[in-house]
Amino acid sequence: MPLLAFLLLTFLVPIGALLKRAVENPEVANALPRTAKALEEWQREEVPGAPAFAALAADLGALPDSADAGALARRLNSDVAGARSLVMGTYRALPLDAAPRPDEVKTRLLALDERWGEVRFWQAIAKNSSRWTPDYLLASVDLKRDARGEVERMPPDQRAFGRILLRTFEISAVVTLWCLALGYPLAYWLSTLPARRANVLMILVLVPFWTSILVRVAAWIVLLQSEGLVNHGLMAAGFIDRPLALLFNRLGVVIAMVHILLPFMILPLYSVMKSVPSTYVRAAVSLGSAPIAAFWRVYVPQTYPGIGAGTLLVFILSIGYYVTPALLGGADDQMLSYYIAHYTNVNINWGMACALGAVLLAATLVLYAVYRRVGKSELSLG
Amino acid sequence: MNPLLLRRLPRFPAYATPLDKLAWWALRATCVAVLVFLLLPILVIMPLSFSDSSFLVYPIEGWSLKWYENLFGSAEWVRAAKNSFIVAPAATVIATVLGTLAAVGLARTNFPFKGTLMSVLIAPMVVPIVVVGVSTYLFFANLGLADSYTALIIVHAALGAPFVLTTVLATLQGFDNNLVRASLSLGAHPVPTFFRVTLPVIAPGVISGALFAFATSFDEVVVTLFLAGPEQVTLPRQMFTGIRENITPTIAAVATLLIAFTTTLLLVLEWLRGRRR
Repeated sequence: MPLLAFLLLTFLVPIGALLKRAVENPEVANALPRTAKALEEWQREEVPGAPAFAALAADLGALPDSADAGALARRLNSDVAGARSLVMGTYRALPLDAAPRPDEVKTRLLALDERWGEVRFWQAIAKNSSRWTPDYLLASVDLKRDARGEVERMPPDQRAFGRILLRTFEISAVVTLWCLALGYPLAYWLSTLPARRANVLMILVLVPFWTSILVRVAAWIVLLQSEGLVNHGLMAAGFIDRPLALLFNRLGVVIAMVHILLPFMILPLYSVMKSVPSTYVRAAVSLGSAPIAAFWRVYVPQTYPGIGAGTLLVFILSIGYYVTPALLGGADDQMLSYYIAHYTNVNINWGMACALGAVLLAATLVLYAVYRRVGKSELSLG
Repeated sequence: MNPLLLRRLPRFPAYATPLDKLAWWALRATCVAVLVFLLLPILVIMPLSFSDSSFLVYPIEGWSLKWYENLFGSAEWVRAAKNSFIVAPAATVIATVLGTLAAVGLARTNFPFKGTLMSVLIAPMVVPIVVVGVSTYLFFANLGLADSYTALIIVHAALGAPFVLTTVLATLQGFDNNLVRASLSLGAHPVPTFFRVTLPVIAPGVISGALFAFATSFDEVVVTLFLAGPEQVTLPRQMFTGIRENITPTIAAVATLLIAFTTTLLLVLEWLRGRRR
């Protein structure tokens, strides 16, 4: 199976590496092996004794170049503000001149920077000295470990990801509902038409589906801008006096996402509806049911598989959206994917990027498993 | 009343109440509105690329081809187009070969965990694209292949292969395996049999799969954002930058060309689907 081998190499291995990276914590363990050992038995209550100071000075002095010290400083700084300057300042001052005896190192380091007398910096080192950490994953659901290693909720002002996760699901749910509301009537209508006309109209659905997402995003910017056709039309019709803000906010994101994802709703609905025989509804009507009631109680239940497949598909696709919110949304409309990209490209915090990626992946895979159950079929867009 | 107009009205069954008729008209109106919603953006952006104004607004006051001149004269856009036409065909070839082989192998055999294997093989269609971008970036950067065509082509091929796999599998369901048996029993070797018996029959499926794979790569921007260096900027990537900075009629011109191109692909695909049936 060459495809399996190929996908394994180019796809599954990288994702495995991403998951591994989400729990990896190599900086402190790599840079300060002796210190980590010296702190193993430490109770994390008060400043450790002389051996730990000696080990720290030895470790920092042995770092091959300043990039390693920089990685260490950045890692510790993300736990305790101020650790960056402390580590870098100490690193530059090393090696200590006149090579002191081990028990003198403590006084010398304290003289160099008295913050080494603060227990919180030592706690940060101890907490991060193991090679694996649940911290990133905990952080992605707004939990953290305190200095002693107990799991607790983040203080309210630092809880960010729970809100982002919630927002991601909220936007996806809104988009999915709109797709269903708009897609169901169209799919139904298409399924009642003779095959020839249905195919012609289906092409009208498929043209936007095949058009590049970026083309469509650009088109929506043109339409929704304050000088755009939508605003002009509404003003000409007298509904509004001033242009509405339709871009760079939630509304713009939802409109464009519904536009992009609507065909993914219509196609599964249409394929299910085409196989629903019209005889049941006719039977219900001939038995005295009102056509609308017959539609609602006889026809709609027969399309549940299509509704299930379509909504799940649209929801799965939309929770991973990145391009549309990034180009059409404001700061408050960005979804989880944006933050994953942000932590990769801007903050260069691989651990956090990978942990958020793992959360997104997990959510997607759970939904996909449900989709397989519901649809009992492969994804097919053909 | 005009008899022509009368003929276009639906003949409602006798039992239909006014409410039912209203519902029918409401359905019809909704459907037309949804179709307009789907098509409007695409129809709106095209004429603007021929406008001589540098603002993307209606009404259009004068016509001009200068944005197209601008586009073909821009080194950045030309390079982006070149890159797209390097990466997408290369990725398509890899995806098509691997996807077709896998489909032929899977269609013929039955074994435990076939369902699981299928899920793994089509995983690239489901995994969020940002996760693919970050993980492949990590992976290929470690191999020293970040900012290379190789990495970009390989990942795009991985994204496109599942489309080939599913379309070819669908075509193979209607394939009569007796043809292969006849060929083999008459002494032909399996490999020529594949090329001269199986492949011609399933060709429409293979080609539609290839078109899907091509479109996937051709429209891919997120992985490209992570994996491509300045030398590998593709058309969607260049559009991303353009839209983010300042949307100009040049972008409308690119958009128009892309719409024409993908619509052609779609029509070819539809024609093939007609032949497959």
